[in-house]
Amino acid sequence: MAQSDPAVSSSVASSKSVQTVSGITVRLCGDSGDGMQLLGTQLTNTSALAGNDVATFPDFPAEIRAPRGTRAGVSGFQVQFASEEIFTPGDTLDALVVMNPAAMVTNLGDLRKGGILIANEDGFVEKEFKLAKVEANPLEASVIEETYRVIKVSMTKLTRDAVSEFGLGNKIADRCKNFFAMGMVYWLFGRSLEPTERFIEDKFGKKPDVAAANLAALKAGWAFGETTEAFGESYQVEAAELKPGKYRNIMGNQALALGLVAASKCSGKEMFYGTYPITPASDILHELTKYKNFGVRTFQAEDEISAICSTIGAAFGGTMAVTASSGPGIALKGEAMGLGMMLEIPMIVINVQRGGPSTGLPTKTEQSDLLQAMYGRNGEAPLPILAPRSPGDCFDIAVEAWRIATECMVPVIILSDGYIANGSEPWKIPKVSELPEIKIQHPEGTDGSEAYKPYSRDEFLARPWAIPGTEGLMHRVGGLEKEDVTGNVSYDPANHQHMTDTRAAKVAKIAERVPEQDVFGEPSGDILVVSWGGTYGSCHTAVSQLQKQGHKVSHIHLRYIFPMPSNIGELLRSFKKVIVPELNMGQLRMLLRSEHLVDCIGINKVQGKPFSVTELVEQVSEHLPASSAGKKAGKKAG
Amino acid sequence: MSLPVLKPADFASDQDVRWCPGCGDYSILAQMKKVLPDLGVPREKIVFVSGIGCSSRFPYYMNTYGMHSIHGRAPTFATGLKSTRPDLMVWVITGDGDALSIGGNHFIHALRRNLDVNIVLFNNRIYGLTKGQYSPTSLEGHVTKSTPMGSIDHPLSPLSVALAAEATFVARSIDAHVKHLGETLKRAAQHKGTSLVEVYQNCNVFNDGAMAYAQEKKQRDQNVVELQHGKPLVFDGGKKGVRLVGNHLEVVNTDDVPQDDLLIHDEKDPNPSIHMMLARMSYPVMPEPIGVLRAVEGIPTYDDQINDQVELAKKQKGEGDLDALFNSGDTWVVG
Repeated sequence: MAQSDPAVSSSVASSKSVQTVSGITVRLCGDSGDGMQLLGTQLTNTSALAGNDVATFPDFPAEIRAPRGTRAGVSGFQVQFASEEIFTPGDTLDALVVMNPAAMVTNLGDLRKGGILIANEDGFVEKEFKLAKVEANPLEASVIEETYRVIKVSMTKLTRDAVSEFGLGNKIADRCKNFFAMGMVYWLFGRSLEPTERFIEDKFGKKPDVAAANLAALKAGWAFGETTEAFGESYQVEAAELKPGKYRNIMGNQALALGLVAASKCSGKEMFYGTYPITPASDILHELTKYKNFGVRTFQAEDEISAICSTIGAAFGGTMAVTASSGPGIALKGEAMGLGMMLEIPMIVINVQRGGPSTGLPTKTEQSDLLQAMYGRNGEAPLPILAPRSPGDCFDIAVEAWRIATECMVPVIILSDGYIANGSEPWKIPKVSELPEIKIQHPEGTDGSEAYKPYSRDEFLARPWAIPGTEGLMHRVGGLEKEDVTGNVSYDPANHQHMTDTRAAKVAKIAERVPEQDVFGEPSGDILVVSWGGTYGSCHTAVSQLQKQGHKVSHIHLRYIFPMPSNIGELLRSFKKVIVPELNMGQLRMLLRSEHLVDCIGINKVQGKPFSVTELVEQVSEHLPASSAGKKAGKKAG
Repeated sequence: MSLPVLKPADFASDQDVRWCPGCGDYSILAQMKKVLPDLGVPREKIVFVSGIGCSSRFPYYMNTYGMHSIHGRAPTFATGLKSTRPDLMVWVITGDGDALSIGGNHFIHALRRNLDVNIVLFNNRIYGLTKGQYSPTSLEGHVTKSTPMGSIDHPLSPLSVALAAEATFVARSIDAHVKHLGETLKRAAQHKGTSLVEVYQNCNVFNDGAMAYAQEKKQRDQNVVELQHGKPLVFDGGKKGVRLVGNHLEVVNTDDVPQDDLLIHDEKDPNPSIHMMLARMSYPVMPEPIGVLRAVEGIPTYDDQINDQVELAKKQKGEGDLDALFNSGDTWVVG
């Protein structure tokens, strides 16, 4: 078992009994202004520092401050921390912290029977019941006490008492109550206060009284846990057995930004990032603006079209050029993506998917832009598509996208999603020396005596990336069809056919340069589960459970969506049934069926939420062969 | 090393020019080729970026780098290019439909950012490439294929739009007035910041003679006033002039007023109010101004500033170190 660093082990030790468990799933819920996201992030970081494997699921409304106290305004943060490798933030909750009635009634359904419900008693008053549209105090219902371990804490009052010496007034004092809650949660799960203490000092250092009050609230919360009779024991989760190495906790959008910076360095290129603010992609911009000293130029354009067109302009000039958006913005970029494809110029287009269509569900996750990425352009305009499978994987996908873009002279689409973008996990920090070198060669200047051929091609059908400023290579690019080799405008019918075929073949050939698809489980059997993007964790865990039950179920998770690795067809045909779980109405399923003529069964959901492991296990089980499923049916009957 | 002396022909690409015979675009192309050798910028350092429309075929005919992009978006490609490659001289070639209709947003934002590029807007007051629909600069009542009962849109003035965005260089010239056109393009090229040159361009197929009052040599002098910095506004062989009365401009006979009454053109005035009054002068009530309405120097350019910030960040934080970046924040070791 991995050793946790003694320096970060609990700085305060509980005197009550401690129960060791393998993992805990906890959700923290309150008003969107209650600081629940901060609480969740801190608990995650602290758990990661304690050596646990962690996975998170922040879930918040699209409104910045939705009406206070209402169900629409509830903001939640779920985290699972465990002493074993985990891939999801957990299905059912072991503990739920609620700051008001709205948070309780909208989240209680996910708390397991016998789970711990911690409620801020001071938030359960008449006025709040009305806002939450509940008839009576939901905490008083007898069924609640019978079903859960309910711990009512007067958090508002206790926080005010704890910070009274700083004379902040109730309004500011009440803002400290998330730190009180944090202290209590930290006590319950044996977490060290030290990382959060440091965080408070860093963040509020310029306001010493606020820093001191938050620290006092945090400690008071911990002390309350230690002294109150309501908590009989605390829980401990040992460090997980992760691969040896140095780790940090990372969110998907953050990892994507770091991956882009790494790709720029690995290729010896400075970066241009043209974008327009949109949820949930904006954090990539916020992250990249910090890296100007890495030669990153960020451009907040006047609209989505300008964002991508400026990116194409930068790419034409020889810079590593990237644009990002979410579904609605990608729709606006469609025409320019077609131009980028026609210019055969390297660049990256990121779509951090959210619930659609139209404005849809801006802060919720979905995978419904796959066909948009495949076909959302006029004409025959194939572009390669990659999809990260987890927050940390965003880093590798970014580097890989730039490798493919430059080797093949083509815009590459990255399909991330809101779940990965905002979720976090421990990330094994790569060594810079081990990152792949991305070699880029621009053609050198000539005396111009021979006409330059901008559309000549190498063995991968990539054309040269000749950049302005190079003597003798003056040429013109554009959206009109180009003559093969010369790049002159051409309306010739045979040439158009040839160029269309060539552009498609160039993208198809990428399959030769990506690794074969690996399989989790046997390479043949009863059921193959095929997934892509952010559903990796749930699908992997579900298949793992089914395998442990003795079923012949395997899993492949696609990171290369288009073109797919060359062995996909063979794998699909090696199983009796293929099941494709997706957070859309069956888009990958359609692609697999049309490309490989293999029947596929969909598990489809668009509820703005990720798959739970339980629902996947149940739904996949329905398709097990009779003999195999008999075990399950027998169990049920028994 | 001295640069080779280039001639206009050196700037011609090997492609056949495919505009309609008699199109005003030919004259603009000829003047551009004539002006570029004087600027001392090597061909490989020049990029022409265009949108869509007749005028936007321009880059194909120049032996420089070029991009024929998508409708209305040329300024945005230029923004990405110039921000990352400030060493290049970037020209944007656009038309009245391209810049003011589909690309209106990008046009104003390029101007307000003061990116160091030169925008040449070919204004023929018609959609030529799509065969004759009215454009955002077509006059009210204009009968076209899409407005058989006459246009009911109020026309937009490119100069007014540019001045409203506080563009630092705003000028107008005429395809047929070749000497003036060449000089104006040269001034635009020399200005640091976004330069806008509106060129009255005759579409002899779909809108022939729409601006004949300004294009035809015989009429021009009566209908056009050539602006010159520090000089009074006079036209019609010096017989007429323009003066400022209260908050409007009026035409006077120069014989009837003292010389001092005439408006002295100040292209350098940071306040665009009088420039806007000039832009609003329109035929047949007033003579239309050509030449440089506004040329304000010393305003920081977008491309300089975006690159200055990068340099400053490198100076303050040191050249980016990936290892340090990856290992920032809280970390822990396993194994």
